[in-house]
This record gives sequence, structure tokens and C-alpha cells, in this order.
Amino acid sequence: MGAGQLEQLTMPKWGLSMTHGTVVEWLIDEGAPVAVGSEVVEVETDKILSAVESPVAGVLRRHVAKPGEKVAVAGLIGVIGDAEASAGQVDDFIAQFETRVATEASPVEDAVTQTVEVAGQTLRYLKRGQGGEPIVLIHGFGGDLNNWLFNHEPLAADRTVYALDLPGHGGSGKGVADGSIDALGDAVAGFLEAVELDRAHLVGHSLGGAVALALALKHPDHARSVTLIASAGLGTEINREYIDGFIAASRRNQLKPILQMLFADPESVTRQMIEDILRLKRIDGAQQALQAVARGCFADGRQTSIYRDRLDEIAAPKLVLWGARDKIIPPTHADGLPDSVQVELFADHAHMLPMEAAAAVNRLIGQFVQ
Amino acid sequence: MARTITFKQAINEALDQEMGRDPTVLVMGEDVAGGQGTQGEMDAWGGVLGVTKGLHPKYGDRVMDTPISESAFVGAAIGAATAGMRPVVELMFNDFLGVCFDQIYNQAAKFKYMFGGKAQTPVVIRTICGAGMRAAAQHSQSLYAIFTHIPGLKCVVPSTPYDAKGLLIESIRDNDPVIYFEHKQLYQMEGEVPEESYTIPMGEAQIVREGGDVTIVTLGEMVHRSIQAADELAKTGVECEVIDLRTTSPLDEDSVIESVESTGRLVVVDEATPRCGMATDISALVAQKAFGSLKSPIEMVTAPHTPVPFADNLEDLYKPDANRIAAAARSVMEYQAWAPASSSS
Repeated sequence: MGAGQLEQLTMPKWGLSMTHGTVVEWLIDEGAPVAVGSEVVEVETDKILSAVESPVAGVLRRHVAKPGEKVAVAGLIGVIGDAEASAGQVDDFIAQFETRVATEASPVEDAVTQTVEVAGQTLRYLKRGQGGEPIVLIHGFGGDLNNWLFNHEPLAADRTVYALDLPGHGGSGKGVADGSIDALGDAVAGFLEAVELDRAHLVGHSLGGAVALALALKHPDHARSVTLIASAGLGTEINREYIDGFIAASRRNQLKPILQMLFADPESVTRQMIEDILRLKRIDGAQQALQAVARGCFADGRQTSIYRDRLDEIAAPKLVLWGARDKIIPPTHADGLPDSVQVELFADHAHMLPMEAAAAVNRLIGQFVQ
Repeated sequence: MARTITFKQAINEALDQEMGRDPTVLVMGEDVAGGQGTQGEMDAWGGVLGVTKGLHPKYGDRVMDTPISESAFVGAAIGAATAGMRPVVELMFNDFLGVCFDQIYNQAAKFKYMFGGKAQTPVVIRTICGAGMRAAAQHSQSLYAIFTHIPGLKCVVPSTPYDAKGLLIESIRDNDPVIYFEHKQLYQMEGEVPEESYTIPMGEAQIVREGGDVTIVTLGEMVHRSIQAADELAKTGVECEVIDLRTTSPLDEDSVIESVESTGRLVVVDEATPRCGMATDISALVAQKAFGSLKSPIEMVTAPHTPVPFADNLEDLYKPDANRIAAAARSVMEYQAWAPASSSS
């Protein structure tokens, strides 16, 4: 950063419905240095508590928003710059930001999900961004497209990004055929065809990773690259307590401890996150669909579709990301993979890497798909 | 984004989807079709406030107009339920439930118990409650507490379109008699409601707003006035947790107690009269099970112990509003426990 230069730290937009965030705590003092990706400030929305990372390297010059303050998306929360800028310059920078926002204020465009018919049933998806080589985001067991709320928008900065609800999940139809990885892979292949994508960077989380692998093996032409995050399909172990508990939980107090297994920090699980998941689970057919997928993919508490020995058959570039504190699928599944696979481990994070380590995950995927 | 419909449409959609799914689901009540058996226009009305409009053309005789004889048709529905049907009765205003007390509390509520669990009575009685429509003393009461008192009945008091649909589907699928109270002031309220069928379990309160200072326990239309009060109080730094009970029987005791254990202060808001009601019930529950957590006396915000007045200005005064709720919350915040004077003074 050049002498006297200042950069804004703004309230991020995490997911479709976020309009405001509340500053909970500054993690870095005024005057202290920050690196690109440093966690600077904790922000809470009704969905999640998470850290905002610094987009630039420099010195954190000013905490503009104080703890407890509610700030609109894209509002100024801090100023980062070099130590040489005077306090007066920082004040001017803040004043300019406020004037500019007041004069140019344009509401953040709300994203709207769409639906498409695949093999006689509706699949819900969200499409953001335009042009470029598209990315398709595939969530895990019991998840939905909102699992990518921290990733979708940033990844869509320079390309089209799709996130879909797998059959039986989210706002998609509840038919899951035999509930196998293959059946889900066929549904995603049908989705690619329906939205007219010949080829895409496939990004799968957990069960969605195994789905991406099945798809890439069956339809090599569809996969421009494959990114596997805390992925199924690389070993037999899976936390059965999580799978069974997720299916069985019908009330808030039952679901909360189950969801907390997903995160390194149990505080990440908010009341609204639990409520949103329960609402999807309570739709007619959702419960049966989850049971069918669990039978199809994790019979007797073990993963039944393992693609570990077939990774070299996939010519497309492969990236594997894993949190060392993953309690759902052991991070040891990232060990001993073929040399053709790029592996990145996250020491402090657990299974929900796309949420827990969003900025780093987005950065790695962004570089990988370039 | 999810689709937005009204509270009234949400109830209609729940009935429609359950009638489509299960041929044993019947709808009966005064004018629920509108003019059945006459030469005039059919489906002209759809019940006193038009909630069942459109069901008769679709489901024919499964939507039955009844005579103005509540004791007869409520009794008939209860009998049909014991014989394997799932009737949903519309009993206009809850104020008229009095004429069919025997059928409801001495028959329907007792069958499962008296027949050793072998009899089921899957009947839903939908009824309109609440003041605010200038409908005077005989059409404006909130009588859920009377039915909450009777073991063997379930009582549902939804506050949003989402809850109205999910709780009505749950009520229809439930094998016990359910009294389902629709607050007349909520019918036009809009909210996001999934197009698919879904259920909400009985006995799970909704924490509609989180806060660490005061717990406000409420239900029905008062949920919205409580949120309004909580939003006002938040501007002064007081954060209220607002709990919508959703069902009074079964009652989600855990959510209430857990919340009071974290805030230490309780305000119960109910538009019903104050004696032997939900406000006293919740207050007793907390006094019994969370006494040690309380930092101040419990406040109850209710209607006065009088019939609902007809005069506009009096009816407005009768119902608790956001100002009264906020004042109660402020008073529990400002409460100072008595302390002995220092011996040196």
C-alpha cells in the first residue's frame, strides 16, 4: 500500500436475506497491523456469527463501527491504511465515504432463486454473476444452496456461479430414486443439461463432493475441474451420530447439538440457522428423502461409494480442502491422495469450511479455477 | 424467495392440501360452502369471513353447510372422527363454543382416556377469536384458556401465515381433538409461506426475537404488539426476548423457563381476561420452576376483567398495546429489591 493510502472495510453481504450486520467485537486493535485475510472484526447476523477478513494488508487505522452497532450491508465499519496517513486524513476518508454513499446509494440487488425441471421434478437453484467458466456448487447431506451464502457472491465476481438444491433437499422436489450418490450425480448431470452448461468447475461439499466425483467419472466432459471440500467418497468413515441425529431431530433443542458438530466454534450455530433448517426438514417428503439418501449413501453408518482409487481417472484438475477439526468425515481422508490432487488443510476449522473459513476457501477456489 | 400470502389464504391452502391428500378430511360449518341445497349461487361465501371459499367447487359434498346448531354439527363431527373421518369444523366465533361444551370437553376430550387408548378422535374445531373488530362482547373473546384447562384437548393459537398453515396441517393429522383459534385481526396479515405442505410440531414455542434483558411470553395477535414494544425498547438499550407460545396445550415449558433463566425477568402478554388464563398459568410456571432466576416480580399485561366493550375507544383501551407492554418491561427492568437500611444510619 502506498504512502498515505487508505482502504475501506465494509459490511459484507452474507447470503440472500442479509441487509444488516451487528459488530460484535473487534479482533484487532486500532493501530495494529493486518495481513490479507486477517480476521479483523466479528459480525453477527440473524443467521450466523462470523469474522470479516481484511481485503488488504496494512494497519487497522480506525474502528468506525463500535461493538453493538448495526450497520447496513456495504456500510463502512473500519478503515485500513498505512501508518503514515494522519488522523485527519482518516477523518476525511470517512466523511468522503459517507457523502459518497449518501449520494450514490443504490440498494443491494436481491438475488432470487429459480427452478428447473429435471427428470420430472423441480430443482431449485440460484444463479449469480455472468460470463467466464461457470462454477456449480453442490451442498452436502441435509444441506441446501444457502450453505454457500459466504461463497456464492464472492466467487461470482468474475464468472457465473450456480448453486443448486440436490433432490430431496431445500426447495427441490423430494424424489431421490434409490438415494445413491450415482442417482444424485445423474440429477446434477440433468441439471447441467437443463441450464445448458456443457462444462463447469464442480465444487462439492461433503456428500456433494462425492456427487461431483461420481459426475466427473461418468461424464468427464462436464468437469472443467473438481473441488472437494470435506468430501465424502474418499474413505469409509462417516459420523453416524451426525447422520442419524440430523434425520431424527424434529425440534430446536434436538437439532442444535447436532449442527454444532459441524463447526469448530459451536457459537456459529444461531437460532435462525436452526429454524431455517427445521423449516426445510418439516416439508412433506423431506424426512423420507433424507432417510433414503442416508440408506443409499451411508448404509450401516459407513460410506458405500468410494472413489479414492479412481481419482487419477479424472483428468481435470482436482483440489481437496479439509478442516483438521472435522468431526463428520475424518481429515485423514485427505492423506495419501495421488499427486495429481492439490490438498489444502485448515488447522483451526471443522466440517463447515465454506462458512467457517469462507474468505480463504473463496481465495483458494478463485485461484484454482483461474 | 418464498411466496407471500395472507393468514386467511394460508388456512385455506392447508385445508385444500389436506383435503387433496386425504379423502377422509371433511369441512363442515355454517355457510362454509354457501347456500348448499338451495337454488342460489354456490360457494358464495365460504364461511363467515370467507376462509373456506373455493373448497366446495373442488371437493363437492366433502364441504358441508350445516344448520345454525353448533351443538348438533360439532357433535356430528366428533362422532364422524371416532368413526374414521378427519372432520374440520368451522365454528364461527369461539364465543359460541359454549353451546357445545358437552360434546367437546365431556365427550371428545375423554374418549381416548376412557376407552383405554383404543379410540381416536381426530377432529379439528376451527374458530375465530379476539377483539378489535367492533364486534362487541359476544363475538370478541379469546377463550383458549378454557380449553387449555381440559386434558385431552389440544389448543393452537397461530400468529403468522407460516404458522397458521403448518399448525393447521399438523392439527388435521393429529389423532386428538384440536381447538384451533384464528385471531380475526390477523386474517389479512401477509407472510412468506412455502407452497409445499409442511407441519409444525405441537408444543414448540417460537422465539421470535432474541434478547437478554426481559422475556416476553405471548401468543396470537399480541405477538406482533410485543415485537413492536421490543423494537421500541431496543432503542433505549433494553433487549427483550419474545416467545410466541403457538400452542397452549401442549405447552412448551422448556423454552419459557430457559429464557427466564437467562433474562431473570418475565412479562406475560395476553389479550384475554386476567383470571385463570395463560398469563396466570405462565406466571405460576415460572414462579414454581425458575423462581431462583427472577430478578424482579413478574408482570402480566392483559385485558381487564370485564366483557369486551363495544365502544371503539373503550375496545382500543381494553386490548393491551405496545405502550403498555413496553411500560411493563421497563418496570421489571427498573425494579429495586428492598434492602435493609444500613445499621449506621
